[in-house]
Amino acid sequence: MEIFMDFLLAFAVGGFICMLGQLLILITKWTSARILVSFVCLGALLQVVGLFKILKEFSPFGVSVPITGFGAGLAEGAIKAVKEDGFFGIFSGGFTAVAAGLAVAITSAFIVALIFKSHSK
Amino acid sequence: MLECAGFVNNIFVEFTPKQKKEYNEYVEKISPTSRKGWSLFRAFLIGGLICAIGQAFALLFGWIFPSYDKETIGALVSCALILIASILTGFGVFDKIGNFAGGGSIVPITGFSNSLTSAAMEFRKEGIIFGTCANMFRIAGPVVVVGAAISILVGLGYFLGGLVNLW
Repeated sequence: MEIFMDFLLAFAVGGFICMLGQLLILITKWTSARILVSFVCLGALLQVVGLFKILKEFSPFGVSVPITGFGAGLAEGAIKAVKEDGFFGIFSGGFTAVAAGLAVAITSAFIVALIFKSHSK
Repeated sequence: MLECAGFVNNIFVEFTPKQKKEYNEYVEKISPTSRKGWSLFRAFLIGGLICAIGQAFALLFGWIFPSYDKETIGALVSCALILIASILTGFGVFDKIGNFAGGGSIVPITGFSNSLTSAAMEFRKEGIIFGTCANMFRIAGPVVVVGAAISILVGLGYFLGGLVNLW
């Protein structure tokens, strides 16, 4: 039952964030790059003010699967690294937190591009 | 409000209020306003579904790697979704999902992966190094740039705050 609730919450919270994105697209006609950037900023901001942690408690994957999770991860990583390493953490923290995702994204994009042909035309 | 003047055959003309009204009505008629609510619903549906799939992966990884903590499982889930989105982009399936979902497939981490992979594929014809590698971040680049700047800003803020015993 609890597992079912987790799924339902992830669906509802994640869906809501995506709906906000769609609303932003409808209102501003922004391209995906701008949408992505603004949601990364939103995630980082929520993390800094402490709201993201509360939301994450509520539904971990509802808030961290959307790109807001990327922004929040960057901010959280930076804070955590400064706590642990002090000055050096300012520079190392953010990307340490998202290193795995970035590495997988870049590598898979590269390999897929080698294997498949472009569908755009 | 719509423009009440514009260029017609390179000649600047001001429209009469009647023309303006007719134009507005025409735009209103051809733009699918009733579908806006529907597109929000589709974004909700697909976005929610992607997050639910993330939740399912979390269960799976929790079962395979029982020693991993929540943070690591979360990072692994992101990696899995990124990989799947990338492969689906390769097969051309993600574009179809994207057409249906709009923001629902852009906002999740899958959208980031899709923008990387589609740019990488798009520029493949210009070569592997100068095409794929050089242009991969055409769309996703701003996210990484802004992300780097934000993380350093936050880290710096936290460091300076710590220096003056703010927390």
